[in-house]
Amino acid sequence: MSETTTTERAAEHAAASSDPSADTEAHSEGHAHPSDWAYVKIALALAVITALEVFTYFESVLDWGVALVPSLLFMMVVKFYLVATWFMHLRFDSKLFGRMFTAGLLLAVGVYVATLAASEFFA
Amino acid sequence: MSAEPVTTDPAAAAEAAVGHDPHATSTGLSHTKLAMWVFLGSECLLFGGLVSTYLLYATRGNGRTLPAEVFDIPFTSVSSFVLLMSSLTMVLALSAVSRGEPESGRAWLLATALLGGVFLGGQVYEFTAFVREGVGFTTSPASSAFFTLTGFHGVHVALGIVMLMSLFVRSVKGNLTKKNSETVEIIGLYWHFVDIVWIFIFTVIYLIPVD
Repeated sequence: MSETTTTERAAEHAAASSDPSADTEAHSEGHAHPSDWAYVKIALALAVITALEVFTYFESVLDWGVALVPSLLFMMVVKFYLVATWFMHLRFDSKLFGRMFTAGLLLAVGVYVATLAASEFFA
Repeated sequence: MSAEPVTTDPAAAAEAAVGHDPHATSTGLSHTKLAMWVFLGSECLLFGGLVSTYLLYATRGNGRTLPAEVFDIPFTSVSSFVLLMSSLTMVLALSAVSRGEPESGRAWLLATALLGGVFLGGQVYEFTAFVREGVGFTTSPASSAFFTLTGFHGVHVALGIVMLMSLFVRSVKGNLTKKNSETVEIIGLYWHFVDIVWIFIFTVIYLIPVD
């Protein structure tokens, strides 16, 4: 069933273009990549966030208290997101690539949270 | 002028579409790039397992010094920053190769490999310092888990450097052009993933205190 659907989709894809090679090129190169300056700005943002993360280590400067772990995790997620979407082009590429990666990521998180819970890590 | 045979059979149409051009795929997406993303998804499971193992054993020091007690955060912060900036040079290398500027692309590739080398050098220094402090691979479950996790990451960085240098050599030989810039993009994906894993390790293992 799914094979037929894929085949039909491929046929539609072929029918939609009189020149298959041109269509593939449009898919692989059609998405616009950001400028070098945009990449530099993302790198600057990453550097500032890293500096903030390191700042949390020096408790004598500022005691983060209970906000320490959530703040660190939040900054980590922001850095992760920026690298994945801008540097790895998930923002501009086919959504299928992002889905493949997210599936692996969610599966990993799910499996290991379950394992840690079973080992009474959160107790 | 010969007329193209018209077919209403979807399978035949798909086969014909793929058969005419070796680069055309049934999804319209690069299979090599798709394979790399699937591989990176599976790598999440590998590193997830290693991180979980460390979290479980982080406080099991068998009465000996724990890895967390000898962390040198300022030093590791500099290493982390170096690896983070290597992601920038990597993406600039891809950008240059895609624009058809091989010299510039080559320079950024070399810069990325060098920054990766600096990170690895830092890791070797860190491991040596830990051993001097009495935290070796077999000292305790905590140290074994720590060295396994960071060691696996280091091996990934080393493999990335080998791939970057192979791209550099290809570029020197004139075999890395705008046409095959996807090769740079795919190796770039691997490199950025290695960076992402370190972003995770740096926060969860180094910065969040072990109770």
